[in-house]
Amino acid sequence: MNNDTPPARRLRLPLRWLGIAPFLLFVTLFLILPTMNIVIGAFRTADGAFTLQNIMDLGTGSIPAAYWISIRISVASALLGCLVGFAMAAAMVLGGLPKWVRSPLLTFSGVASNFAGVPLAFAFLATLGPLGMVTVFLRTQLGIDLRTLGFNLLSFWGLTLTYLFFQIPLMILIITPALDGLKKEWKEAASILGASGPQYWRMVALPILFPALLGTFALLFANAFGAVATAIALTGSSLSIVPILLFAQIRGDVLGNPNLGYALAFGMIVVTGIANGVYIWLRARSERWLK
Amino acid sequence: MNRFWSWAALAFGLLYFILPLWGMVMFSLKMRRGVLSLDAYAKVLGDEQFQATFSYSTIMALFTIAFGVLLVVPTAYWVRLKLPGLRPFIEFVTLLPLVIPAIVIVFGYIRLYNTSSWLPLTGSTMGTNILLMFGYATLSLPYMYRAVDTGLRTIDVATLTEAAQSLGAGWITIMTRVILPNVLVAVLSGAFLTFAIVIGEFTMAALLNRPAFGPYLQVLGANRAYEPAALAVVSFAITWVCMGLIQLFTHFSKHTKAAR
Repeated sequence: MNNDTPPARRLRLPLRWLGIAPFLLFVTLFLILPTMNIVIGAFRTADGAFTLQNIMDLGTGSIPAAYWISIRISVASALLGCLVGFAMAAAMVLGGLPKWVRSPLLTFSGVASNFAGVPLAFAFLATLGPLGMVTVFLRTQLGIDLRTLGFNLLSFWGLTLTYLFFQIPLMILIITPALDGLKKEWKEAASILGASGPQYWRMVALPILFPALLGTFALLFANAFGAVATAIALTGSSLSIVPILLFAQIRGDVLGNPNLGYALAFGMIVVTGIANGVYIWLRARSERWLK
Repeated sequence: MNRFWSWAALAFGLLYFILPLWGMVMFSLKMRRGVLSLDAYAKVLGDEQFQATFSYSTIMALFTIAFGVLLVVPTAYWVRLKLPGLRPFIEFVTLLPLVIPAIVIVFGYIRLYNTSSWLPLTGSTMGTNILLMFGYATLSLPYMYRAVDTGLRTIDVATLTEAAQSLGAGWITIMTRVILPNVLVAVLSGAFLTFAIVIGEFTMAALLNRPAFGPYLQVLGANRAYEPAALAVVSFAITWVCMGLIQLFTHFSKHTKAAR
């Protein structure tokens, strides 16, 4: 009996693996290999020899500026998204709002977090563009000209404001379960021990929520950093952020060096990879408390 | 006081969300000078290119959903049943499309499957369509897999399989007549999410040069004033319907489960 088991298991093992073979094949061909191809291309010269020159060349020309403005937009929209999203989620969960607010707000968040891309850009152009509803209303009714105030939708703040439309709902969707996990007993225990409201937040709730908050921030950052369609539809190519630069590079080799293009793409993977890594690591930490 | 600030936060947030939607709707109605009209909608919906690109994207979405279901349901089922140790690994892989930007993935496709490669998918229209569908399937993988896996969690996969097997069912019968009906709600929510993603997708379709709805929207936006707003309203409505249907089905399934 004991002698029979090992060979039988050895025979069954490949068959078991056969069940996920189509999946592994698909993922390898259409996810892993294409990405690896870009990564390897980033470390190669045109002749195929190994080089670090492409990575170093990322520091030349318009590329550092593109990365810098991309990172700034992503940080700003992630930060504001976290703040506003947290305020709305906290109002909904802890702020004593009626129960019926919750379900529609979460449904709307599900819709809005998926309403990105080209249509979102149109919505903001129709609202805050040169002829948009709010722009015209402010100018004709209140005499406030947004343009003379320095606001331009095709700019850093314009893009940040637009990205917030999918950042805030995403924050609400992710942070609500964490807020639900804050136990009432903790607050009661804190107040019995004489803690005030702000003290409870500073010394109990925020430390517990901190990994979740920081992790969601990282996720929102990656989300904004990889967004292409909204930016292109909104600004054309007037604002040189990394995804737009890469888009132009793929279309027509604007950098004049294909391998530099791979390095640009590789840089994007590194940035979003780090951000997502931080998110996954911190989420695991926050789940320790919030079950 | 606390409640006041709660309402204030909610109102502030809602104002931010409602203004662009309101602006978009109003703008789309203003094509005829001085009055509100549906002219922009009539013009856009009557546009041949709109009809062509929209049907193209719809068909692509349906194929993507069919392919995604065929790929994900058996895999998620198999992993739960036979390879539970691999779950973290598979889950990690399915989350990768959220980490690697779509523009990088499609960049890799163009490099890997060009006309001079071993699998020249971009050499023919059909090949490019298939490649684009695989790309869409990759993009929707995180959502599809998670939806199906959550659905599988609520049923006892092992017992169902053994019961079916002891009644003489083969693998195909088990999949189509036992597992799939049990996770249908989960599959449907994955499907609607996939539909919402594919219908407006821009980057992949634009870089693979396929006449999809997303690139058409972008070109229209660069050249027209009122029609894009009308199409944005249509897109928003589609997203809303997809999400609404997900909610409806989930709600529906909860009720049937409670009744049992």
